[in-house]
Amino acid sequence: MKKLLWTIPFVLVLALLWKGHVAAQAPTPSDDDVNLVAKQLFCPVCENTPLDVCPTQACAQWRALIRQKLGEGWTDAQIKQYFVDQYGARVLSEPPRAGLNWLVYIVPPILFVVGVVILVRTFRPAENDTYSESADTTPVSGGESSSEGAAAPDEYTARLEDELKKRN
Amino acid sequence: MIAQFGYFVLWISLATSLFAVGAAVYGYYKPSQRWVDSARNAMLLSFPLLTLSALTLIYLISNNHFEIDFVYAVTSRSMPTYLKVTALWGGQAGSLLFWSWLMSVFASAVMLRKWDRDREFLPWVIVVSSITLAFFISLIVFYENPFARYWQNFDGSVITAMFQPNGSVPFIPADGRGLNPLLRHPGMIIHPPMLYLGFVSFVIPFAFSIAALVTGRTDDRWIRITRRWTLVAWLFLSMGLVLGSRWAYDVLGWGGFWGWDPVEIAAFMPWLTGTAFVHSVMIQEKRGMFKHWNTLLIILTYSLVIFGTFLTRSGVLSSVHAFAQSAIGPAFFIFIGVTFIASASLLIYRWNDLKSESKLTSVFSREAFFLLNNLFFISILIVCFWGVIFPLISELATGQKVTVGPPFYERATGPLFAALIFLMGIAPLSAWGHSTYKTLGRAMWKPAVAAVVAEVAVIAFGLRNPYALVGFLIIFLSLFITLHEFWRGIRARSRATSENFFLSSWRLVGRNRRRYGGYIIHISMILMAIGILGIELFQTETQGTIAQGQSLNVGGYTVTYKDLAIFDTADARNVARAVVEVSKNGKVLAELHPRRDYFYESQQPMTIPGVRSTIESDLYVILVDWQPILATGATFKVYYNPLVNWLWAGSILFIFGALVAVWPDKDPEYESARERAKSAQQTSAAD
Repeated sequence: MKKLLWTIPFVLVLALLWKGHVAAQAPTPSDDDVNLVAKQLFCPVCENTPLDVCPTQACAQWRALIRQKLGEGWTDAQIKQYFVDQYGARVLSEPPRAGLNWLVYIVPPILFVVGVVILVRTFRPAENDTYSESADTTPVSGGESSSEGAAAPDEYTARLEDELKKRN
Repeated sequence: MIAQFGYFVLWISLATSLFAVGAAVYGYYKPSQRWVDSARNAMLLSFPLLTLSALTLIYLISNNHFEIDFVYAVTSRSMPTYLKVTALWGGQAGSLLFWSWLMSVFASAVMLRKWDRDREFLPWVIVVSSITLAFFISLIVFYENPFARYWQNFDGSVITAMFQPNGSVPFIPADGRGLNPLLRHPGMIIHPPMLYLGFVSFVIPFAFSIAALVTGRTDDRWIRITRRWTLVAWLFLSMGLVLGSRWAYDVLGWGGFWGWDPVEIAAFMPWLTGTAFVHSVMIQEKRGMFKHWNTLLIILTYSLVIFGTFLTRSGVLSSVHAFAQSAIGPAFFIFIGVTFIASASLLIYRWNDLKSESKLTSVFSREAFFLLNNLFFISILIVCFWGVIFPLISELATGQKVTVGPPFYERATGPLFAALIFLMGIAPLSAWGHSTYKTLGRAMWKPAVAAVVAEVAVIAFGLRNPYALVGFLIIFLSLFITLHEFWRGIRARSRATSENFFLSSWRLVGRNRRRYGGYIIHISMILMAIGILGIELFQTETQGTIAQGQSLNVGGYTVTYKDLAIFDTADARNVARAVVEVSKNGKVLAELHPRRDYFYESQQPMTIPGVRSTIESDLYVILVDWQPILATGATFKVYYNPLVNWLWAGSILFIFGALVAVWPDKDPEYESARERAKSAQQTSAAD
């Protein structure tokens, strides 16, 4: 029993030593590891400068902080959140998808769709036009198409007269 | 005394510009040609006046008049003379004066054209040009005076004022702060003039469009007059953007050329609408369509030119509060608002006169493709505009600043750029008025087969990235279609004329400069797209602190640290210059010298990379840090940038293509008039 009592602290000391050894051997995060996280962050004080390439002393210290956090086992997401908590959402390369920030993501696609609709509507008269041309050659009694068909020659005559006027 | 002279001349040029506006309007409505001519002379006078003012400032800069606030801020005794001259646009006040001077150059040039056939446009071209010029001169005179000098009060405080305040004495610093080191690069010396040239020359087509709207002469005459002006403006703006990118690549030390920074985007936005306009006006010329749209595009381009200058000059980008505190910001804001509302109102007023003369009859017609092209350009503009102003909206609405950075822009604009490259390839195959998918298919099947073969080849070489594969397929297709179009043209001419290949090519391009200049520009854009695809998708990097003799590996290359020297230079720099050796598979390929310059006067560092460039890639080495005493260890960042030089090669080809397209043809109307006069002379001689 006495032997066992002696063994426990011995094992504990060994375990502590072993843990210390592991900690000493844990690889320090490389510059590339640090830059991988820093690339996703923007300098909190400079204008539009990613943290991985920012040349200021302050940014060098923030990169050192990232190295320290990585060494302590923090994940990329935890480090990014730490910077957001400290300096606000401006350190992220894109606004977080929440609240008013959604506008930045939805306005351009909505306007693009509006543009497409306008474009399609620009083509519509052409379709009617094709129809009216055929209506012009094959008269149809009554209805919208026949009136369009009747309008087409007038438009043509007006243009022709305009052209002739210009020539004169 | 000299400074007062420069300032006085500025006031005269402001008065002259305002007189030109008044005289032109009065002359138009009276109507009196004498008043219009007087306005024209006043407009012409602005050029020598502003030249005099700019030369005065250059004299003060060159002769180290550090009692002038602007001179103190941008120069120092140790700066070489050429840099002192270019320091004119190295600060806010000087760059506004330079902007105004360039504006006067273009306005005077347009005044000197033959106006016989377009006399009704003249007063309104003068009005628009003079209002723009007067606005910029007002900014200088009232807010950003480059001639203001230092005065010291008896309590020792130093103030800036044009004239001596009571109880003060002149204050003359011994030396200036010197130009920002980042602005000493050749790219930055040429970049701002190119950009400003692009900006100011877009004022001219805008002025003609407004003249057309006011006078009611809404046919395509204004477009024909300004076609070359527009192309020149577009060429300068494009060169400004490219030079800015090259500067960023060489000087900013982050291994890239375009960071989607708001300042970059500010110059990019007018380019987008300008490019859409350059294409869209062709529809009006050929088919008499989209007159509203073309007018709106040139109004937008002008507004974006002013908006871009506003973004970079008002401080609004750093904070909306900085904007509110700056005097120049609100002035810009009001000017943009007033000119846009006035122009848009004129457009609405003339809406019925601008109806299209034809209609879209085919979704595969050239005009339909151009319209799609416009949709994509405007969509990219919306992304850019929204991305730039959203942080301001967020700050105003919530007080929280946000960053809209490269991931947002790249995700949103990538597919749109790809679609544009695709359209660039197929649009020239379609005919004006009507085309079908069959005619298109017949014209493009051979290039399409070649594109598929090229795609298979790149897959065989090991390319697997899906985005790259889609990108390269589009690039190959557009490239082969354009080359095929060239080939068809040359072959047809060669057969018809029995000329050899080179002579046929030369004459083909010479006789159809606009068309083939455009094709050359398209090929240059494709080369640029290859470069962009390479660096965006395949850039790799590594960073490490290494001792002498140790190496870093990236992209198959080995970079070995050899030596480091730290020394002072005669022009007040402290230079840390490393020597690294680049090798591949054990074979030494080059020795590079990345360095870090520290400028004592401005207390700013500047990183100059060591670059090994080949057609295949750039190896880009940056000296990040070093151990100052023994210099035994140093930190390097190494980028492997595949295909990036295709971007620069494309830029050079672009300039060539634009020059081909811009090169003046003989004026057909002038030629026919001359022919008529000649034959009349011969007839009368025979009689």
